Amino acid sequence: MNWLAAIGRFALGSLRALGHHAFFFWELMRTLPTSLRRPYFAVAQVHALGNLSLLVILSSGLAVGFVLALQTYYALATYGAADSVGLVVNLSLVRELGPVVTALLFAGRAGTSLTAEIGLMKAGEQLAAMELMAVDPKSRVLAPRFLGGIVAMPILALLFSAIGILGAYVVGVLMIGLDAGNFWSIMENGVDVRRDLGNGIIKSIVFGVICSFVAVYQGYEAKATPEGVARATTRTVVISSLTVLMVDFVLTALMFSTR
Amino acid sequence: MPSESTRTNHGPVGADTLIEIDHVSFGYEPGRNVLNDISMRFGRGQVTAILGGSGCGKTTLLRLIGGVHRVDQGSVRVDAEAIDTRNAEQLFRLRRRLGMLFQFGALFTDLSVFENVAFPLREHTDLDDAMIRDIVLMKLNAVGLRGAAMLRIAEISGGMGRRVALARAIALDPELLLYDEPFTGLDPIAMGVTANLIRKLNDALGATSLIVSHDVQECFEICDYAYIMAAPGVVIAHGRPDELNASADPQVRQFIRGEPDGPVPFHYPAPPLAQDLGLGA
Amino acid sequence: MSRKGIETLVGGFVLLGIVALVFLALKAANLSSFSGDETYTLLAKFDNIGGLKVRSPVRSAGVTVGRVESIALDPKTYQGVVRLDVKKSVQFPADSSARILTSGLLGDQYVGLEAGADEKNFAPGDTIKQTQSAVVLESLISQFLFNKAADAGSTPAAPAPATNGGKK
Repeated sequence: MNWLAAIGRFALGSLRALGHHAFFFWELMRTLPTSLRRPYFAVAQVHALGNLSLLVILSSGLAVGFVLALQTYYALATYGAADSVGLVVNLSLVRELGPVVTALLFAGRAGTSLTAEIGLMKAGEQLAAMELMAVDPKSRVLAPRFLGGIVAMPILALLFSAIGILGAYVVGVLMIGLDAGNFWSIMENGVDVRRDLGNGIIKSIVFGVICSFVAVYQGYEAKATPEGVARATTRTVVISSLTVLMVDFVLTALMFSTR
Repeated sequence: MPSESTRTNHGPVGADTLIEIDHVSFGYEPGRNVLNDISMRFGRGQVTAILGGSGCGKTTLLRLIGGVHRVDQGSVRVDAEAIDTRNAEQLFRLRRRLGMLFQFGALFTDLSVFENVAFPLREHTDLDDAMIRDIVLMKLNAVGLRGAAMLRIAEISGGMGRRVALARAIALDPELLLYDEPFTGLDPIAMGVTANLIRKLNDALGATSLIVSHDVQECFEICDYAYIMAAPGVVIAHGRPDELNASADPQVRQFIRGEPDGPVPFHYPAPPLAQDLGLGA
Repeated sequence: MSRKGIETLVGGFVLLGIVALVFLALKAANLSSFSGDETYTLLAKFDNIGGLKVRSPVRSAGVTVGRVESIALDPKTYQGVVRLDVKKSVQFPADSSARILTSGLLGDQYVGLEAGADEKNFAPGDTIKQTQSAVVLESLISQFLFNKAADAGSTPAAPAPATNGGKK
């Protein structure tokens, strides 16, 4: 019966963790109005999380665009449908790869830095000092980072998709020699702004909320030791990535089911 | 609630009480109390030292005064008003009146020295940049670091960092100053500077200072009154420095003189040496 | 990094995002071709709409002039009722016909409008009377097989009159 007790304990522990996350989310939401009164801090975080991620996102987007174009060309050329390379790459990027890959990269680059920064601030008693100075650390430190991530993520996802399409253009038209006119017109006709682009943007906003929240939570709850912070950053990446992928499945099923 | 008749004298005579610790018990986990039914009184305008070995609950006491945790039993009263940790408005008012110096400074590492000291001013006042600049420079001047205003936190030494933290703690001219191990890890000069500053600031601001430390000599030189605590969270003696120096209590004597063995044993509890080495029966 | 510097950089970042959005929406999607135009509604009933979807294009002579707004089943006649949003700038004579066609061999299906010769045009809300349903592959195959069987059935009948037979 030991394994039954173990499962029970695991289930209860997971429920407690979920509840703790929910409470924390609620507390964070409550501090948003006060923290928005001094928007500069959120703006500075958009810089730290968005601008400083540009290199990773843009180079990955370009690389993904190159490879996608190449692979879809190989696949479509056998059916004589090579002109549809642009369309396929666009749809793949805007609907899926843009939001998802950006979220994964964001979790790795920006999420870990958020977790480490907050964890180290906690270890150095900076958050306690703030609290004793009658400044709410959730409002002053956590909320701006959370908001910064939510603003930065959709922009990064759009940039990823855009530069991916440009990369596909370079490979498809400039290198392979597909017709430029067909490349753009087939793409234009096949991609719907509301359904594909709009849903992709909604996805990236949702992923932004997930990654920012997980990063901030793990940092705040980290144990104030070097191993504690290290483990927290690992957890940020793992939990963010898995959650993003699962939510992506649900959203895709909801958004792109054929009616 | 203890009545008047059961209140014995737990503090300095003749001084108006700012903070009263009234039969407080507290533990981070249920069943393991860090503080056991202790009572203390801190006089207004005085420098009071809380001395004791590690693990006797001194730092926890400071956190209770700052309203960080809720006491399990008893009450902590500031200006005769009991602290209710659930009352956010009361905590806010309390914390505006106090300044705390953490053991390692707890400076904001992403800000400069100037910005660290300016932090409470920016958060709690509407003063314009020019006024803030003047006040920050004056506070830094009081701790002797006006010239270091533009340095980053990574560029200053530990002792300097403590002084910056002190400047930050007095930025809003608090009535109550809490010092958590201010002398730990400092060289003799820095220690002398810090002790001097604590006393001078207390008198200049007309504030009340509580120093948690285990450095008996430095504290006795500057404090008006002292409490000696021992694990598990009890007061073993209190009085003026000259009174404590003359005490005949063996526990007090061992602590003040730093004797290696006495009521606090040298050996961690263990079976007899012969048994461990496998000799004898 | 100064405060103004950070704000400028963030402004640049957001601007980049807007540029990317505009690029994706205009250049890489169908925003420019059909948005904001005034439209009027036409109805068309089909026996079989095939693979027609909502937001499928409505084309005339190959030029996109509208979108399918909704598809429903008429509970009385069991026909598919398709609502079309057609650009106001394009009017069709009242005897125009609608067919469901496929773009390319494996492409999406769309509604093709062929202009008639009537002097009067459709009014908004009118129903297109002449419609042709989508080609369903199964019907095509069975028709093909039926024709084949009919051919095979008629040729054995020819040799029965034997000698002076030959081709009829």
